[in-house]
Amino acid sequence: MDTLAAPLTIAFDYTRSLGPVLGRFMAGLRERRVLGARTSDGRVHVPPLEYDPVTHEPVTDLVEVSPTGTVVSWTWNPRPVEGQPLDRPFGWALIRLDGADTPLLHAVDAEDLNTGMRVRIRWSAQRTGHIRDIACFEPGESDISEISEEFEPVEIMTTPIRLHYQHTTSAEEDRYLRALEQGRIIGQRCPACRKVYVPPRVCPADGVAPDEVVEVADRGMVTTFCVVNVPFAGQRLTPPYVVAQVLLDGADIPISHLILGVEAADVRMGMRVAAVWRDRSRWSTTPENIDHFEPTGEPDAPYESYGEHL
Amino acid sequence: MRRAAVLGTGQTEHRTRRTDVSMAGLCREAIDRALADAGTGWDQIDAVVLGKAPDLFEGVMMPELFLADAIGAAGKPLLRVHTAGSVGGATGIVATSLIRAGVHRRVLAVAFEKQSESNAMWALSIQPPFSAPITAGAGGYFAPHLRSYIRKYAAPDHIGALVAVKDRRNGALNPYAHLRQPDITLESVQRSPMLWDPIRYDETCPSSDGACALVIGDQAAAEASSRQVAWIRATAMRTEPTFYAGKDHVNPRAGALAAAALWSAAGIKQPLDEIDVAELYVPFSWFEPMWLENVGFVGQGQGWKLVESGETRIGGALPVNPSGGVLCSNPIGASGLLRFAEAAMQVMGRAGEHQVPGAATALGHAYGGGSQFFSMWVVGRQP
Ligand SMILES: [Zn+2]
Repeated sequence: MDTLAAPLTIAFDYTRSLGPVLGRFMAGLRERRVLGARTSDGRVHVPPLEYDPVTHEPVTDLVEVSPTGTVVSWTWNPRPVEGQPLDRPFGWALIRLDGADTPLLHAVDAEDLNTGMRVRIRWSAQRTGHIRDIACFEPGESDISEISEEFEPVEIMTTPIRLHYQHTTSAEEDRYLRALEQGRIIGQRCPACRKVYVPPRVCPADGVAPDEVVEVADRGMVTTFCVVNVPFAGQRLTPPYVVAQVLLDGADIPISHLILGVEAADVRMGMRVAAVWRDRSRWSTTPENIDHFEPTGEPDAPYESYGEHL
Repeated sequence: MRRAAVLGTGQTEHRTRRTDVSMAGLCREAIDRALADAGTGWDQIDAVVLGKAPDLFEGVMMPELFLADAIGAAGKPLLRVHTAGSVGGATGIVATSLIRAGVHRRVLAVAFEKQSESNAMWALSIQPPFSAPITAGAGGYFAPHLRSYIRKYAAPDHIGALVAVKDRRNGALNPYAHLRQPDITLESVQRSPMLWDPIRYDETCPSSDGACALVIGDQAAAEASSRQVAWIRATAMRTEPTFYAGKDHVNPRAGALAAAALWSAAGIKQPLDEIDVAELYVPFSWFEPMWLENVGFVGQGQGWKLVESGETRIGGALPVNPSGGVLCSNPIGASGLLRFAEAAMQVMGRAGEHQVPGAATALGHAYGGGSQFFSMWVVGRQP
């Protein structure tokens, strides 16, 4: 069965505090210089290690190595994807820079890549003290210029991260969304505990798939709630507003939704509320078909009727 | 069962932003202090257990990979633990289990969070397709449960503020605490802005960068130690679904089951009489009375009365969070291990200005997810 599916992208701009060793390494890149870390066994690691893997002591000895090196091993990347160093086919290579004892993984912009090939860094035009200051490697040797003054370490680097998914619904969620498209709210009953789950799902307590489809009301009661007073990015409503747990009549678990049409200070536990649907012309397979809930004016439900749903 | 003991503890200075150190450097600050406290060298460490909250917090997938060198795991077994906010506690328990199983003699447990690099507020509130766009953040998730507690047991409004005053003043005694507010008052807490009603600003935890580390050893290692150790008398972990029909968010089943198992394993019949100090995971002040009931110190509806009577202050019948707790420092991935470490520090007699005099038996407690994971331990001056 084909269930509903849609793309989902998660993206945040994270930062990295670099610390004393990587901070100097990144500052070096900004000046077109590559620093390696010399560990207690005399080896030079590029990129540098912050702690010696043998003695576990902090590494303090940074030495400059050449921006030219030798391909130790490689593989071909025929179809680059978003975020990779080059947008045309390229090689991923392990490159041992002259003066270093460990290889660095990077992209090489060359069509005839081979082991033992001499390659040099192609620097980015704009360098900010970031690993991306190395655009990629290319065949050839570079001139080593004079050693420059000691430079201020870079403290923080920004690393945007994006993940792309295809979000696919379960059979139960699909059924629920297709009912919403028709203006109906359905739950499904767990064959083991007999509880009606809205939205339907495999019962979290019993681990079995629900069977019987149950139509539930588009009204119910507020069990408990939060008055949101915090402003935050991307907020839809101006605080204060109420996000409540709403137990629909016929369901055994509340759903979370907005309570509007009443002052936030007047919302109560046990308050009877009903769904306010969007205009029918805007219905689709989304919970957003219900814009919010509003008080019905009925007497409050007694505590005993929702005390088990807190 | 084989015995295990905490030989040494270490933690970082907790701050909003520790931009002076990398993640590796942050972990090492805690580890180096723990090794020194335990009088242990790297060559005596047999295995490393790393605890870390969700990867999306800092956007580092599998931090154990790039941290392996820095945390001394090269050439040794390294395990990653993840149970959301309770992960620090779970990390201590996994390390303890490796000792008790007789697999290792000394295990290093370390947990960290660098919230300043991260998006802890929204990383777990992503908006998948086909979901309603109703987001309110972590406070918005927990506030309704606290409202339920208040309604269920007719708790007076000021209980949450009393906890905040106590913990922030305790934090002023702890040199590692992020928030130290010796002059905070009930009135100033009650004047602070209401964020997620019923949670006020001063009743919420800060976002912290920080790490915690423990060296846990077997009986021979403990007996070889020249300093007082914290004997691990019992550990317990329980899990339940985040949501199910009839879930009791006020008194989560997993927490109650874990506590019952803990007291039974430790041979403790009257926790309130037999425990001298408790480090409870209280990220919002109202969780103190809730957890006092959930772990069985008092009966249902009695937690707020214990708080109101002042018995959870240092000097009371059951000092709770003399370190200042999560309300003063919250590096999420490390917060649970900090609770476990602070419990150990109390029975080792090494809690400094926030030492509870004569503490011989202590509880460390953590929870995480949507009150889904619980982990706890009891440590003692005697085995
Ligand atoms: Zn069921």
